[in-house]
Amino acid sequence: MASNNEQTNSHSHFPWSHVVGFGLSIVLTLLALWIGFYSGFSLTTIMVIVVGLALVQATIQLLMFMHITESEDSTVQVGTILYAVFIAVAVVAGTIWVMSFGMHYM
Amino acid sequence: MEAVEHSPNTPLEYQTETGRLNILGFWIFLGAEIALFSTLFATYLVLVGRTADGPGPAELFEISGVLIETFLLLTSSFTCGLAIHYMRNHSLKGVFVWIGITLALGLGFLGFEIYEFVHYIHEGAALTTSAYWSAFFVLVGTHGAHVTLGIGWIILILIQLKQRGLTPDTSRKVFISSLYWHFLDVVWIFIFTAVYLYGMVM
Repeated sequence: MASNNEQTNSHSHFPWSHVVGFGLSIVLTLLALWIGFYSGFSLTTIMVIVVGLALVQATIQLLMFMHITESEDSTVQVGTILYAVFIAVAVVAGTIWVMSFGMHYM
Repeated sequence: MEAVEHSPNTPLEYQTETGRLNILGFWIFLGAEIALFSTLFATYLVLVGRTADGPGPAELFEISGVLIETFLLLTSSFTCGLAIHYMRNHSLKGVFVWIGITLALGLGFLGFEIYEFVHYIHEGAALTTSAYWSAFFVLVGTHGAHVTLGIGWIILILIQLKQRGLTPDTSRKVFISSLYWHFLDVVWIFIFTAVYLYGMVM
């Protein structure tokens, strides 16, 4: 039953993955903010980039803080979350697409 | 921090079959939570701009308050991760200290959010003002309700931890509540991006 991968073995050392994840999250948040207010890109470009940065930050949380890959059920865990992300993208993008017909979107 | 030698490398929360399956079950629950929040995000994004001559987001959102909330929650996610790190080093004191800091940061976040909501209502943007503000308060409010529930839940787990110490059972509960807490920060990343950043940039 013991799962002997790196994550579970490293628990007596300094929590580097947490510190690195925290640092990256701060950098990504500030970067999104800078792109939003100072980059001068169009709204569409800004939104594509900052949503991309949000997805990167969410992945960092899942890997470095939540240890999604550490248990022996990790394939099922990762599969569940990927499937849920697919559902979320289909719901959000599909709703916006359908509801924007016949309206001039602001 | 003492280096503890223990023969099975498996953390306490994974040592029983029940613990392992409960953690897996909680991941499946988090998948359902992602679906729940996606419907609220979809509603919100469709209703952006439907302010019915009431105030719009750009007039009311303030970057300083949003950033304070973001960093409070982000830091609490980090300290919650440290609590799990100390739990795996069998340091009960470490768990109490870092979970305590996590809860304090969570309460700080809630305080700022309640202040923000009250401020919007005073400025004439309430739940019933327009479709836009209804969607805003439901989306951000559902997240806030999750944070409130999480704080209550984790306090109860701390009481149990005080009574029973670190066992496979209590470790599992701490670990699962930590997954919940990190998940709330993941949802907030998207609220920060799709609600606040979008609202202020457009």
